[in-house]
Amino acid sequence: MILLELFLTFLKTGAFTFGGGYAMLPIIQREVLNHGWLSKSELIDFIAVSESTPGPFAINMATFVGIRTFGLTGSLLTTFGVILPSFVIILIVAKCYDGFKKSRAVKGIMAGLKPAMIGMIGTAIILVGSTVFFPDGFALSSFSRVEFYTALTIFAISLILAFKKIHPIAIIILSAVLGIISGYL
Amino acid sequence: MNIILELFLTFLKIGAFTYGGGYAMIPLIQREVCDNKKWLKDEDIFDIVAIAESTPGPVAINAATFVGYKVSGFPGALFSTLGVIIPSFVIISIISNILKEFQNLRAVQYAFMGIRAGVLALIIRALYTMYKATDKNPFSYFIMGVSLIMTAFAEIDAIYVIIGCALFGLIYTFFIVKETKDDPA
Repeated sequence: MILLELFLTFLKTGAFTFGGGYAMLPIIQREVLNHGWLSKSELIDFIAVSESTPGPFAINMATFVGIRTFGLTGSLLTTFGVILPSFVIILIVAKCYDGFKKSRAVKGIMAGLKPAMIGMIGTAIILVGSTVFFPDGFALSSFSRVEFYTALTIFAISLILAFKKIHPIAIIILSAVLGIISGYL
Repeated sequence: MNIILELFLTFLKIGAFTYGGGYAMIPLIQREVCDNKKWLKDEDIFDIVAIAESTPGPVAINAATFVGYKVSGFPGALFSTLGVIIPSFVIISIISNILKEFQNLRAVQYAFMGIRAGVLALIIRALYTMYKATDKNPFSYFIMGVSLIMTAFAEIDAIYVIIGCALFGLIYTFFIVKETKDDPA
């Protein structure tokens, strides 16, 4: 039952990501690719769209995957799924707020989770990087393809701009333009 | 104006005007909720951030639910959360359909080839920001490495890695940190 699976997948994603955003990518990636809902490059295109539209990244991704897989019903269920754990847990925490704030257990859990999120984002980088540079799988012949060097150039320019704190949307627009220009060259 | 309606409209605005979600949303929440509406005090924003990042789920949803609850209980939480997700939901639904029409165009495919390289740079930038904000000690580095290897190379479900890292953080905080504190040297 695909609707139930969509709902449960995003419920899981909502319940097990901390900090949201990119840290949820390893979970979404695994689920979405295993279910065959999207291809790797589609997933990355969605990341780009989620990044360049307003609103929380997690909601954008959930809505996108839902709508592509099962239309409006799908997107309602994925969005509902991804916010439900947050909503319930915050209501509980808001009631016993001072205890939560001072809790040593919460501090301990966060001491483990914060670095884990960094590792997860590392995984997301490997996923996206392999699709950008080696779309047909890693091979030595990849290095002789023009596309490899085009991607490398666009990546390098974007990275410099990103560290100069240029707005992400400007970077996405620029890399789209560069992609089109190099495609027609 | 009814406070529930006001909460809804405020978070609708916040959802419609933040990109990347999560932390990008915090300054806007501060301006609207603390400065303009005076629902919460300025120092409450630190609690909102602390709660939002140490509970599972998207930071934006956690923050909206928490603020809504603080201001007006359960109905407040419900309508703040709805408000913050509606812009995302509507915009993504529209864009998804537009993309579907145009995604087979050659120019669009070239654009996305460029965009993927740009997105890679953006994720690396985000990783750098998160890395700067994380404790730098052997324990953190160990968790970063283990979670990266497990999710990227060993292909272990990220959920188990998260649970494992949380438990490990607990053990670390309760046993190892305590020992070094008691150590007179």
